[in-house]
Formats: sequence, structure tokens, C-alpha cells
Amino acid sequence: MTTASSDAETRAQILRLLGDIAPEADLACLNPDVGFRDQLDLDSMDFLNFVVSLHKTFHIEIPETDYPKYMTLNGCVAQVAASRT
Amino acid sequence: MAEFVMPTLGADMTEGTLVQWKKRIGDPIAKGEIIAEVDTEKAAIEVECHTSGIVEQLLTKPGDKVPVGTVMAIIREAGQPATTSAQPRNIAPQPVTPSRNPPVAKTAPASSSGTRLRISPAARKLAAERGIDPTGLQGTGPEGTITLDDVTRAATVAAGVGTVTTAAERQARMRQTIAAAMARSKREIPHYYLSTTIDMSRALAWLTTENGRRPVTERLLVSVLFIKAVALALRQVPELNALWKDGETVKSERIHIGTAISLRQGGLVAPALHDADRAGLGELMQRFQDLVKRARAGSLRSSELSDPTITVTSLGEQGVETVFGVIYPPQVALVGFGKVVERPWVANGLIVPRPVVTASLSADHRVSDGHRGGLFLAELDRLLQEPQSL
Repeated sequence: MTTASSDAETRAQILRLLGDIAPEADLACLNPDVGFRDQLDLDSMDFLNFVVSLHKTFHIEIPETDYPKYMTLNGCVAQVAASRT
Repeated sequence: MAEFVMPTLGADMTEGTLVQWKKRIGDPIAKGEIIAEVDTEKAAIEVECHTSGIVEQLLTKPGDKVPVGTVMAIIREAGQPATTSAQPRNIAPQPVTPSRNPPVAKTAPASSSGTRLRISPAARKLAAERGIDPTGLQGTGPEGTITLDDVTRAATVAAGVGTVTTAAERQARMRQTIAAAMARSKREIPHYYLSTTIDMSRALAWLTTENGRRPVTERLLVSVLFIKAVALALRQVPELNALWKDGETVKSERIHIGTAISLRQGGLVAPALHDADRAGLGELMQRFQDLVKRARAGSLRSSELSDPTITVTSLGEQGVETVFGVIYPPQVALVGFGKVVERPWVANGLIVPRPVVTASLSADHRVSDGHRGGLFLAELDRLLQEPQSL
């Protein structure tokens, strides 16, 4: 079941994962609807590492063809929520 | 007896500071094990020992800055008798800076006037971890040495405040190192440049299928295909896999690909993926991931910095289509890859959209000619058309 509070928790967890990859970034300024690769200057290896940590944290399968759905913070939250329904 | 000396960890490294010994006198050590941590202009590096034996003497103190080539430790190789007091080793360490501060006021602010900062290794390590600039700290230890307690206190008081200074300092030093190496390259190396456009449709289709089969933790990036293809192409044109030493080419039997890694705070390093031609793509990917992680965390090993025999740089991430790199001396070639882009391509008389990449070669004209460089790029193209064989 997805609730507002679990979404907030998911969001906080995802921000932590991003913070591990881009420790110098100011995540408070992150626009949740805009791709974070450009905002945080992530290269393809950073993004792959992020996908791996999403997989490990939320136990979700992320095929390469689904990568575009995980390009924004809100997109990630929605995917995690969908995986729980 | 074998001597462990301050290694060269970069083209223009002239000296290094011992951060800490990883072994104590009497400890056994195997070839390839980490013996010391050394601070260079670029990063703190874990230095490997090239001999197996017993650590007999440690001649350099943590915190001492010594020139490259200085004997820092004596290793007794297996089967050799211990040194007796009748045969003393008389090796004077040659610190670049005095190992003791001039006897000024005991609590003089360390290093503000160019004297060396007195700080315990543990304190230094913690300061680096917490991003604290130790030069601003008041030491409470012997002779004003900054202790672990001092750093802990500072960390508690000003969490995060010092980060900017430390990162900025490190960045400034790295900038100087890069400046020296690149200026030397452009001064000494007569570069020539070649480029070619490579059809990537086969390679990308293969990669998509392959990654569809692989769990997320084992997926490949296209840059690993590039690295492997470069390594294999070098077998055909081995003179590009060489070092220029004392006015002549020294070809390398082994292919260690230096991979240019940009650091998040600015600057770059190009540590080696050893024997890249002999590693499978999966293994190479794992090692590449590990290397990037450690490069960004500042925990590279000495062999990774001193061993590259050629460098590969990919600037495609920034959207650049073509890069002509500056050779990192004493290497004699650098291969660059731009972004994979979709472009009109003529195949069988038809114009079709294809993903393509521009591969470039910067090479030392003292060592190779454009004809051989061209053969290298052609071989690279051929290999990328058969991704399953990489």
C-alpha cells in the first residue's frame, strides 16, 4: 500500500542514495521533475551505480529499457511505489 | 637486502610525504602488498611493495616529505640473514623539508609561514576524512603537534566548515600537477592527431541484448567495450603501447590502459586497468567500477598510477563529439572517444540513421607515424564491429 508518509520515506532514502554518489551536491536544490543526471553531473557509471543501489535498497528489478523512468526523483518515487502495489 | 624507495606516481612527481607505514619492523610482507600510504600532489596513494620478505628497517618517519628515489625502508628478502649490528646500513633519509620545525614558539600556528605542519598521522587522516583543514588548528601535542583530539574537537565545533578550504587546496595542487605534466607534454612531444567515425549500431545492439541478460549488478557500459577494443587493437600496433625514456622508445609487453577519470571536485586522474587485453568484459567492468570508486574516494594504489602504458579518455558524457587529447608523458599515445550520436550514414547505397562515435588518436611522432596510427584506428573500428569477440 502506498501512503503519503511512505512516499516521503522513499524520497528521503533515494536522496540519501544520490548523496552517496554525489556527496558535494546540494540536494535541497534538486528539481524533482527534472532529470538529475544533468543537475548532479552524473556520468553513466554514476547512474548505473545509482540503479544498482535502488535495486539493493528497494529490491526492485530495473531492466535497462526502464532506465528513462528513473531519470527524475519523482519518477523514482513513483516506480518504487508501483513496485509495492 | 632490498630497498623500498619513494616511487614515482606521476610524470612530474618529484617528492612525496609518508602518511603512514602499513607494516611494522619485523612484519612479513609479500610482493604486491601495501607497505605505506604516501601523499602526493594528487591524492593519498597506497604504495605496494615490489619484494617479498621481512620489513627490516623503516627509515622515513610519517609526515616526512622525501624526494622520489629516497630509500624509505629495507626489506630482508626470504632466505637472507638478518642484518647484524656489525653491518649497519648508513642510509640517511633526505627530507626535503626539515623533519623538525625550527625551534620557534611552541604553539606557533603550524605551516602558515611555509614550515611543515606537525600533525599525527591519525589526526591527519581524520582531518582528511572530515574535510577539516588542519593548518588552521592549534596543536596541543608535543611541540605543537596537532593530535587526534584536536581534530575531533574541531570536527565537533565546525562540522563541515573546513571542507571548502581542503577541497580547494587539493584542487589547486592537482591543477599544478596537471599543468606541469601537460606543459611538459606539449613542450616535448611532437603530437600528431587522427580521427575516424565508427558505426556503433552492431556494438550497441549487442550491448542491449547482453545487458538484458545480465543482472543489474553485472551490466556493462559502452566505455568498457572501448577500453577492451583499444587494448586488443594495440596488439596489432604495439609501438603505441610504449613509454619514451631517455630518448628512446621502450615498448611494453603488457597492456595497461590508463583510464581518464574526472573527479567530482575537479581535476582528473588516469589510473591503469592492468592487462586490459586479457580480461573478459565482465571482469574489466567490475575492475573499472572499482577503479572509479577508489579514484573518487582518493584510495588508488601506486601501481595503478605508475603503470599505464597508454591512456583512454571518453568525453562523450559531456556531449562532446570529438576529443583530441594531450599525451600523458612518458606515454606515447592517447585514444579519445566522444559521445555516441545518431547521424546519417550511408550503407548499401542508402542513407540511414546510425549511432556513431568519433574515435581519435593523439600519438608521439618520434615513436610512430600517421600510417601506423591509421592502422590502429582501422583495427579499432574492425573490433567494434565484432562486439561478441571482445
